[in-house]
Amino acid sequence: MKAWFFTEDAYPQLPDQDTYRSIRVNLPNQHYDPVQGADNYHQFLDMWLMAEDLGLELMLNEHHQTATCVVPSVPIMAGILARETKTARILVLGNPLANLPRPTRTAEEMAMIDVISRGRLECGFVRGVPYEIAPANVLPYRGTERMWEAHDLIIKAWTTHDGPFNFEGRWFHSRQVNIWPRPYQQPHPPVWVTIGSAGTAVPVAEHEYVGAVFLAGYPRIRSIFDGYRAGYLAKHGGDAPIDRLAYCALVYVADDEEEAKAGGETLLWYMTSNKVPVEYSNPPGYHPPAVAAQIAKGGRGGAGIPLEATLEDQMARGNMFCGTPDQVYEQIKAFYEYSGGFGHLLMMGQAGHLTMEQTRRSMTLFSREVYPRLKELTASYDADQMKETRAALPDKDLADLGNFGVEFVR
Amino acid sequence: MAGNTPKIELRGATVDVVRKGSGPQLFMLHGGGGPVAEMPFADKLAESFEVIAPVHPGFNGSPIPEHFDDMQDLVYLYRDLMDALDLDDAIMMGFSMGGWAATELAVMSTARISKLILVDSVGVKIGGREDRDVADVFATPPDELARLTWHDPSKAPNPMEMADADLEMMQSNRVALGLYTWQPYMHNPKLPHRLHRIDVPTLLIWGESDGLVTPAYGRAFCGMIPGAEMIVIPEAGHAPQVEQPDAFVGHVMSFAQ
Repeated sequence: MKAWFFTEDAYPQLPDQDTYRSIRVNLPNQHYDPVQGADNYHQFLDMWLMAEDLGLELMLNEHHQTATCVVPSVPIMAGILARETKTARILVLGNPLANLPRPTRTAEEMAMIDVISRGRLECGFVRGVPYEIAPANVLPYRGTERMWEAHDLIIKAWTTHDGPFNFEGRWFHSRQVNIWPRPYQQPHPPVWVTIGSAGTAVPVAEHEYVGAVFLAGYPRIRSIFDGYRAGYLAKHGGDAPIDRLAYCALVYVADDEEEAKAGGETLLWYMTSNKVPVEYSNPPGYHPPAVAAQIAKGGRGGAGIPLEATLEDQMARGNMFCGTPDQVYEQIKAFYEYSGGFGHLLMMGQAGHLTMEQTRRSMTLFSREVYPRLKELTASYDADQMKETRAALPDKDLADLGNFGVEFVR
Repeated sequence: MAGNTPKIELRGATVDVVRKGSGPQLFMLHGGGGPVAEMPFADKLAESFEVIAPVHPGFNGSPIPEHFDDMQDLVYLYRDLMDALDLDDAIMMGFSMGGWAATELAVMSTARISKLILVDSVGVKIGGREDRDVADVFATPPDELARLTWHDPSKAPNPMEMADADLEMMQSNRVALGLYTWQPYMHNPKLPHRLHRIDVPTLLIWGESDGLVTPAYGRAFCGMIPGAEMIVIPEAGHAPQVEQPDAFVGHVMSFAQ
């Protein structure tokens, strides 16, 4: 198993949540103090460097017009880390292709990061969450098709080395594509795509890309991973290697249970801060009409992420792994076996007000006491044996867990 | 009064067309809220006209053709539809985004129409680049949207009280509205340079309380169309045909004479 340290680079120094309608899209940036912001950026960069020192790989992402993630351009952060780090893999998850105007620019940026890092880039492509639509001003209808067309252009730009080619797609046009630099890794950096349903997993499996699932938890993980595995088997005639699947959750490890609880609750800011009203969480054509109807009804509290999330509940769902090293290992192992196995753990190891010192302690304990056991666990992975293990674990009765995580279904 | 709703097969799309009543042809293009041909005002008009009201692809559960990207696709489809129906001296009336479609059709050709009626219509850019001429219906809180849309906001549909199937239909309609109007938002920058081609009598009807597309917008739009006139209906918002059906029908009847 590879473990990746991830922070969204939030700006948590906000006024009381009751004083604003939304943390995303329209929260005035008068609430952003650039002096504080500079400290934040440097702290997060230090965290990534610390994670590299601990032997972890690095993950970063991008969002727009939001205090939950103040990285509106992930290539900038990745570019800094490409220079500042020496050994860690750098996962960009991801480039929001459906919302970006020019795929060739993304191809150039990612190639540049791959070269500067001497081949340490892992390049993710995502459709983007619904509240990215207003900032991007891009019609979300057919967003998945847009994403795949942009992907096709980027792959071709990365792998064409004999001068310009022509691309006149439905959405993207470039008549003289000939990027400089070209990627360091050959034929191109490993590709990741986020998946949130059995259906969206299929094309990702067909390409043999890493399918990454965010916070689907026990209620959804089997159907999504199974969709990937079925798509892989149908196309490639064999079992999907576990390094093709990734799961992202919140992770907090502490010396004792009391500290773990305190740290885990601080991490929960990621969920409890995500106040987003219906006008930003339900743009036309993003969700299927049946889901959109439920959001319009307010049935999912507008954004669907429960602002009143509790630690116990999120741990029960498999969205948060939290406790002593032994407990965290057992929690991850249980989820790993229930899911049928995955080769990458994407750890939101910092969120909200969690301090550098808390993050350092948690990730240190993880890397020293949990990570080696996870590596052993996946080293002994055997597809047939896993099928037996999994068959012995019936589907959990999770009816009461609701629709949490549906934001990430794409 | 339920209309007869045949499906009309056109090249590249099938269109549901509500037809009811008899008399001169009234070709009616609905707005983003969805089809209006079954509403009381339409029944009243069907006593004097043959109401011919297509359902824009994507609305009322109909599929969006694979090749559709924007308003131009709808406009070309309706050119074919007007030919297929052999419209002759029809009065063309469009509501909101349907008014935009009607305007596009009129600048292309008025050969099949005798008069044009635009109701709280979008389609042109009036103000500067930082003026929000038309409220951003895709990014406005539901309560504020109701307040902008209706003179009496209590008339706004309440999602909490709607059946799931109706709510899903409403969401599908929103997708279609987004497809036709997303960018440039609710207008075609080229239209002002083409409006001089409209050579039939044109009436703009506006709800006085319309906060989505204001009467001031309507007056500016009216000034761009040769000889056009405008009537403002009091105590009505973006849908005067719903909030003041009698006054609305009265104005249509007198303009049609």
